[in-house]
Amino acid sequence: MNFVVIGVNHRTAPVEVREQFAIPEARLPDAVRSLVSLPGVEEAMIVSTCNRVEILARTADDCAGLDGFFRQFYGFDPAPYRQYLYEYHESDAVRHIFRVASSLDSMIVGEPQILGQVKEAYATARAVGAVNSQLDALLTRAFAVAKRVRNETAVATSAVSVASVAVDLAKKIFGNLEGKSVHLVGAGKMCELAARHLMAHGAKQIYVANRTYDRAVALAKKFNGEALPFDQLYETVPRADIVISSTGAPHAIFRKEHGERFLHSRKNRPMFFIDIAVPRDVDPEMNKLDGIFVYDIDDLQQVVSSHVADRHVEAEHAETIVQMEVEKFQARLQTLDVVPTIVSLQEHLETVRQAEIDRVRGRLGALTPEQELAVEALSRGIINKIMHTPITTLKSAARESQEVTTVIDLVRRLFGLRDGKPSLVPDRDEEQSKVAVGGKRGAGN
Amino acid sequence: MPLIWLRVAVACYGVGLLYSLLLLSKRGNLLAKVVEPAVGLGLIFHFVSLVEATVLIGHLSLASIHYSESLLAFLAMVVFFVFFVGYRTTTPGIVIFPIVFILTFISAIGQNPVTITSPLLRNGWIFVHVVLIFTGYAGLFLSFGASLLYLVQERTLKSKRPEPLLPWLPPLQTIDDIGYRALLFGFPFMTFGIVTGAVLAIEKYGPMFFTDPKILLSFIMWAVYMLLLYTRWNSGWRGRRAAFLATFAFVIAICAWAANNFSRVHRFLPS
Repeated sequence: MNFVVIGVNHRTAPVEVREQFAIPEARLPDAVRSLVSLPGVEEAMIVSTCNRVEILARTADDCAGLDGFFRQFYGFDPAPYRQYLYEYHESDAVRHIFRVASSLDSMIVGEPQILGQVKEAYATARAVGAVNSQLDALLTRAFAVAKRVRNETAVATSAVSVASVAVDLAKKIFGNLEGKSVHLVGAGKMCELAARHLMAHGAKQIYVANRTYDRAVALAKKFNGEALPFDQLYETVPRADIVISSTGAPHAIFRKEHGERFLHSRKNRPMFFIDIAVPRDVDPEMNKLDGIFVYDIDDLQQVVSSHVADRHVEAEHAETIVQMEVEKFQARLQTLDVVPTIVSLQEHLETVRQAEIDRVRGRLGALTPEQELAVEALSRGIINKIMHTPITTLKSAARESQEVTTVIDLVRRLFGLRDGKPSLVPDRDEEQSKVAVGGKRGAGN
Repeated sequence: MPLIWLRVAVACYGVGLLYSLLLLSKRGNLLAKVVEPAVGLGLIFHFVSLVEATVLIGHLSLASIHYSESLLAFLAMVVFFVFFVGYRTTTPGIVIFPIVFILTFISAIGQNPVTITSPLLRNGWIFVHVVLIFTGYAGLFLSFGASLLYLVQERTLKSKRPEPLLPWLPPLQTIDDIGYRALLFGFPFMTFGIVTGAVLAIEKYGPMFFTDPKILLSFIMWAVYMLLLYTRWNSGWRGRRAAFLATFAFVIAICAWAANNFSRVHRFLPS
């Protein structure tokens, strides 16, 4: 088992770099598929949000060709970006995934969206068949850890979301939000969330423009708002005091010259652009215009992170939980390591038993059903007795973890089981998956 | 006696001054609770002082420069309170309090106010003229203060610093409203003040009064005032441009005030 995480996040890379790595939702299944098609990559999933791109894989050996994925999928060499990328292996990778899912790695520690985003990424990867056995177990455990952190610490309860920071900023600009109008550009989840917050603080009118008009209509309906055609965006945007933009456009859709036109038609009344898209929808140059305030996702989070100081104690508590869970998970995985060996041992002895019975059947002649049963019981009894000691030894070795590979090797050699790492034996994967899924259910509840 | 009341008022306004300074040093909350009652009390003492001065001299006295400075400060405080009632924010005080303090302090240290004997100054219209003009000034001061605060707040929001330099600043729109309303409020006073002044001057000196530096500056100031309002109405000028104009108007107002010393037609002191 080799877990590897390679990624960029809000801490290691500025938004410009994250934009390079961000994978749009529609391309995610392809990305995952091309990832698992790489030699040595057995399971994989990708989490791509505006704050992070995490490539999580289980590889046959330590450095499977993940670099190859960068070249193949992104079409660029990752070397110049090395300084922005982080890489974790084994228990560090496990810890990282637990922390991400528990929102401890978020810039807004405790914000609830990330868990949903990881779950979606997991579902996507599962749908294309890229996640089974161990990654499945890892993710299921990660969701359970996230739940534990949420329930047992105050990290989440005091979470200040990006949306509420946006509301605070809007209040700093407009004072009261009563009667202010909001224009959503793009109908994404974050847009919706921010709009909901603004409405809750008094914003009156919501306009929605989206490339797919139907989605705009659907979202507008939720807020009793008005759906507007996307191609008239530049005419309709100046109506609103607050613009929340989150389209998947590859380039900025609002540039300085647009800002100048907006201000002119609004008689210089201030406008607040909240840009939660990656890549950015609003050219940062716009912020230089008098009366236009542009905050992108990084800016918002910078503001947020200044509020989180008092949450450090809770965060520490949460980190302890994560650490405990990592150890537990490691222990369980090590038990998983011996499972294929146990299974093949059982199968091996069963084959021997069957073969021996078949061989002597002719000489025994016709047997009564009772005799038949007795032979079965006798042979089974013998192999069970023989297997008992190796299996218990394997299990205890797994628990003690130190010499587990040696013991596995030894048992395999003694019984002439097939060589190689148990987890890599293709026809064992299925068995292993069953164990993992079964284990996961137990752990998840 | 009026001087004593005035000095008490100065002491009260001193709290306001201290409050403004503490605000700038980021420890503003220290005096936030006492600043309103303190300057309110100052305003009452100030009023008493003005009334007493008037009663003592026996007529509406603009007889000393110090008296007029005191009156200007008083009107500025009144305007400040009018807006305080409307917006519940003391932040424009950060500009108003120091101005008021300096004006009252100057008038409070004068031991013997020079009395002007010019009969013209006994005319009731002069008093009306001065009060109107001063109220106009007060509106301009407040607007000027607000436009500076607007700039600061705008910069803060644009700089995206997570910890704002002046966290107590009211929302941008509130500052903007205060600045604009203060202009609107002061403009009619200023206009009528200038009209009454012009009428009085024509009566006394004939149409040549125009060439006087004080009068000229006053007219320029009025024109800038007008321009401020016009750009605001017409194209919604705010922020940097409005602050620039307001500063310009403020500087001209100071010049016009200082021009009393050079003016032939607008002198308080006997030559």
